[in-house]
Amino acid sequence: MQIDLRTVTIPVQRHSFTHIADRLGPDKTPTRYQEATLDVQANANFHYRPTWDPDHEIFDPTRSKLVMKDWYTFKDPRQYYYATYTIARARMQETAEADFEFVEKRGLAESFAPAAKQKALDVLVPLRHVAWGANMNNSSVCAYGYGTAFTAPCIFQAMDNLGIAQYLSRVGLLLGDAEALDEGKAAWTSAPVWQELRRYVEDTLVVQDPVELWVAQNLVLDGLLYPLVYEKFDAALTAEAGPTVSMLLRFQVDWFAETSKWVDATVKTAAAESPENAALLAEWIGHYRDRAVAALAPVAELALGADGAAAMADVQSRFAARVAKCGVAL
Amino acid sequence: MTMTSEPTPAAKKKLGLKERYALMTRGLDWETTYQPMEKVFPYATYEGIKIHDWDAWQDPFRLTMDAYWKYQAEKEQKLYAIMDAFAQNNGHLGLTDARYLNSLKLFLTGVSPLEYMAHRGFAHVGRAMPGVGARVACQMQSLDELRHAQTQIHSMSNYNKLYDGFHSWRHMHDRVWYLSVPKSFFDDAITAGPFEFMIAIGFSFEYVLTNLLFVPFISGAAYNGDMGAMAFGFSAQSDESRHMTLGLEAIKFMLEQDPDNLPIVQRWIDKWFWRGYRVLTLVAMMLDYMLPKKVMSWKEAWEIYAEENGGALFADLARYGIRPPLGWQQACDDKEHLSHQAWSTFYQYQGAAPFHTWVPSPEDMAWEAEKYPNTFDQYYRPRFEYWAEQEAAGTRFNNATLPQLCQVCQIPMLFTEPGDPTRICYRESEYDGETYHTCSDGCQAIFDHEPEKYVQAWLPVHQIYQGHCFGPDADPTSPDFNPLLEVIKWYRMDVGTDNAPYEGSRDQENFQAWKAMQTKN
Amino acid sequence: MSTVFIAFQTNETSRMIVEAITDDNPEAVVNEQPAMVKVDAPGTLTVHRATVEDKLGRSFDLQELHVHLITLSGHIDESDDEFTLSWNAN
Repeated sequence: MQIDLRTVTIPVQRHSFTHIADRLGPDKTPTRYQEATLDVQANANFHYRPTWDPDHEIFDPTRSKLVMKDWYTFKDPRQYYYATYTIARARMQETAEADFEFVEKRGLAESFAPAAKQKALDVLVPLRHVAWGANMNNSSVCAYGYGTAFTAPCIFQAMDNLGIAQYLSRVGLLLGDAEALDEGKAAWTSAPVWQELRRYVEDTLVVQDPVELWVAQNLVLDGLLYPLVYEKFDAALTAEAGPTVSMLLRFQVDWFAETSKWVDATVKTAAAESPENAALLAEWIGHYRDRAVAALAPVAELALGADGAAAMADVQSRFAARVAKCGVAL
Repeated sequence: MTMTSEPTPAAKKKLGLKERYALMTRGLDWETTYQPMEKVFPYATYEGIKIHDWDAWQDPFRLTMDAYWKYQAEKEQKLYAIMDAFAQNNGHLGLTDARYLNSLKLFLTGVSPLEYMAHRGFAHVGRAMPGVGARVACQMQSLDELRHAQTQIHSMSNYNKLYDGFHSWRHMHDRVWYLSVPKSFFDDAITAGPFEFMIAIGFSFEYVLTNLLFVPFISGAAYNGDMGAMAFGFSAQSDESRHMTLGLEAIKFMLEQDPDNLPIVQRWIDKWFWRGYRVLTLVAMMLDYMLPKKVMSWKEAWEIYAEENGGALFADLARYGIRPPLGWQQACDDKEHLSHQAWSTFYQYQGAAPFHTWVPSPEDMAWEAEKYPNTFDQYYRPRFEYWAEQEAAGTRFNNATLPQLCQVCQIPMLFTEPGDPTRICYRESEYDGETYHTCSDGCQAIFDHEPEKYVQAWLPVHQIYQGHCFGPDADPTSPDFNPLLEVIKWYRMDVGTDNAPYEGSRDQENFQAWKAMQTKN
Repeated sequence: MSTVFIAFQTNETSRMIVEAITDDNPEAVVNEQPAMVKVDAPGTLTVHRATVEDKLGRSFDLQELHVHLITLSGHIDESDDEFTLSWNAN
């Protein structure tokens, strides 16, 4: 049997909004990512200067030293707009929820070797504060950066950072209890092993240039921290005591792999724009890398003991290769 | 609430919602020492608001990110399924009438860019507030507002493919005369300090006024067969309850923290109530004139959502010493006039607006008279009937003189004196040797308090007269130079289609032709 | 006394939520509008998770209300078991 579905065919009058047709040509139907992103931010005839920053317009590319002829050259390879972003994260959280439930129901945290459990708490719980700093920084870049293509992914990133801080809190509550969170915070604010990292985070909280801040946070700090903790430490802990904690970190592992695509694409685009940009990026990356490496060295030792230095060296050399691949010569 | 940290043996107690949220969120913050807190939060004190204890902030909704993603993804999946189905099935042909589309044009060009501004504004405040509970709530709202901007763009994109007036919303929002009304409203809020922003948008707009924008508009969309707009509207509004609650918490928190905050907050309420109310002029006219099937009158909407609901709110806030905003009574009195005066203005300036206008039909006028027994027949019917005659005679009234704009709300001087609907209201202030004009006592008070801010306004009519609103190919020395036509081109309006009267417009013709295709062979 | 209200998109789940509300809040008044249903109540209104679960025949997290909500008014107090709107509360 054949079902003949007939609908009225109406010729379209135009394929897209004019600001998009200006970029893609009038005959191209834009994707939803393009519609949701291109030129969405206001860019002319602002009425008043911010009382909190009278030297700049509300949206002002000169807040950064990085110069782009067109800030919409940036493209998120994930093509995230709100719907695709939340749907992707909902899937990830479903997996994470199942993992947490699995560990909880089977009492796997209780049977996790006590020494390994303590090590996991010592290393992971203070990191909720690092994620929290990342959340503030990405919120900042979203607010003060220029152009939706660059800023919209930053609010996604900021909320991801918050989600990660909350997942780390759950790890603390599952392996320990509310006190474990207090202890982690005490270590974060006063234990010597965390102080260089805390200084790094606090110093980024006052960076005014949104692109510099973005580099210091998303490329450099996370680019070194995530491989160190979620690959090296995760592997060592699993080897020592089994994969229970590893299961509880899956969100971060998947998230870092996914968001790195966006980070790399952004660096590549900025560097390819001009030799001046590439030099500026190299300067920022070099500066923050040296500081982050110094800040993470004691954490590597806490997490991996004698193997910490070698792990750090490996993470660093992979980071250097990654940056080089993005077109920045350090 | 203090968090309990009793040692938990083998079987862990399941944490309640409040406890769990507090542990997962509130403890994330710490006092910085490598950088002073004043440098980490540089915008926290300059407005004069005193906060002593950020821990006293009550989180109204306790959504952790995992729950947020889960529920929001569910909403998005539903919404885009409806949007796609609506487009595939030519849902637009189920509209009552193509006149309805003009309210969507007004919405997309006027409101959607504001959703985007709210997104950026809440990212800013979500970074600037020193308290963690407030910051998280603001950031979540920032993300929601991006959602609203993007879902609206996607919904309207379908209409843009078929109908006029939608195509250049982005360009127009930064330039067109009446769009500077909503634009300057949000520019005003985002350039204020973070606490004022919370009162402006979180409280005055979201709590006091947003129901007036969304609920009647979206009910109206449903009533007129627009399932697409209904879907994005109600779906957006489901986030709004969180936003309203944030606004209410913000004001209570400020008032509870220090008695010195009261006069500052009261002044912001006065200002932002009036500023928001003026923007809603566009909504009043949408409800009373632009919906072919009318869901409720502006007056009725005002009575339910402002007088009744806002009345309850201000009665509740009285315990802090807050009184209803200064312009409240005038706004209540003006409910009888607002939509009629606004629609009359847009009718006259049809040539400069990218949506269609029309004289209300005799049936529509009967509805107006029934809904506005005290004013319509007396003050407004004669005007519309006169214009109907003019149209019938082939001499439609088009006003070719640019209107004077209010320095604050930027609406043309169209509002009448309190208590006298036959006289236009004008107010004047002096600042730095210049005279500035405002449309009302409310706008004048706003100007007088912060003249250094409002003199910066990019007033579209001033800009036109200063010659800033012509394209590069316009030649003012040419003998047949038509300045208004050049401005319209610079607005990127398609002359003769976007800005045509509804009768005889391409939208009207196409809609009828396509409907005929659907129902005839 | 001031009125609190809550409004939902009309759908099957909302219908059950509204039934639960009217069962638990005898003074609540239901007001149907195009594509939405609004419930008004004098002073206060509470949604009980248990009643909604009975109506739906499945477990229900009160945060699921967000999926169907359109608007509300009043101060909110939310726990795992109850969602309350009220005026003049502390």
